[in-house]
Amino acid sequence: MLPATEFTPLPSALGGALIGLSAVLLMALNGRIAGISGILGQVLARRDPGGERLLFLAGLVLGPLVVALLTGGIPQHLPTSDLLLAAAGLLVGFGSALGQGCTSGHGVCGLARLSPRSLVATLVFMAVAALTVFLMRHVGG
Amino acid sequence: MGRIAALFCGLLFGAGLALAGMMDPAKVLNFLDVAGTFDPSLAFTMGAAVIIAFLGFRLVRRRAAPLIAPAFHWPTATAIDSRLIGGAAIFGLGWGLAGICPGPAIASLALANPHILAFLVPMAAGMLLANGIAARRPRLAEDGPVRERTK
Repeated sequence: MLPATEFTPLPSALGGALIGLSAVLLMALNGRIAGISGILGQVLARRDPGGERLLFLAGLVLGPLVVALLTGGIPQHLPTSDLLLAAAGLLVGFGSALGQGCTSGHGVCGLARLSPRSLVATLVFMAVAALTVFLMRHVGG
Repeated sequence: MGRIAALFCGLLFGAGLALAGMMDPAKVLNFLDVAGTFDPSLAFTMGAAVIIAFLGFRLVRRRAAPLIAPAFHWPTATAIDSRLIGGAAIFGLGWGLAGICPGPAIASLALANPHILAFLVPMAAGMLLANGIAARRPRLAEDGPVRERTK
């Protein structure tokens, strides 16, 4: 099992504020919603006129590099099984495309737009994810 | 200009994920593990992101058009149907298994750990598969990802 982690309300809230600011600016400047699964889905489908979506994804990789330079590193404990990672990745990709949104599109932008559809999606994926963790850690696993 | 804006917004988003701890699956799984090693930090992330986006979107909606692009593309789908709920449930299962969602998965390329590819490549395949199925089934494609409303 992955290690316990420290409660970090301030950096976590600050990170959330940056995510919210990014979503606001992307709509205010480019008129686009900051949903990562949607943006990646469009790039994969070659629907990216002007290359803006790909540049957003490039920024998504640059951001952590800047933080790593400033803070000296970003903690990451990946699950050790590549098979588990692959199964989870397939489910995450398939489910977010089918449900047309993930933690960013439904969980941040959708809730901020007060979309009932995104509220339902967020409640469903949070509940299923929490149940999955419960079953893996406290029942099976 | 739109390209620079997109790059900058992506950078802000990625920096936010990194600062928040979203790029650490251990932190995500502990956030989801209410009955065990619960770490509520990411509730602060979600709360702050939603509050800022809620207030910001309200300001943005007062404008007739974005500052760079010609029109807003707000999502238009409103259906709460089996596609939405099934998709969210499958996504939640995958998220709960590994503690990684699409944003942190892509952002993790910055850390140059090749094992993230074991997640990323199947994730892309899953997206192509779901979008392919949806495109072939008109009833499912009705609220497809390309339909947009301009305001």
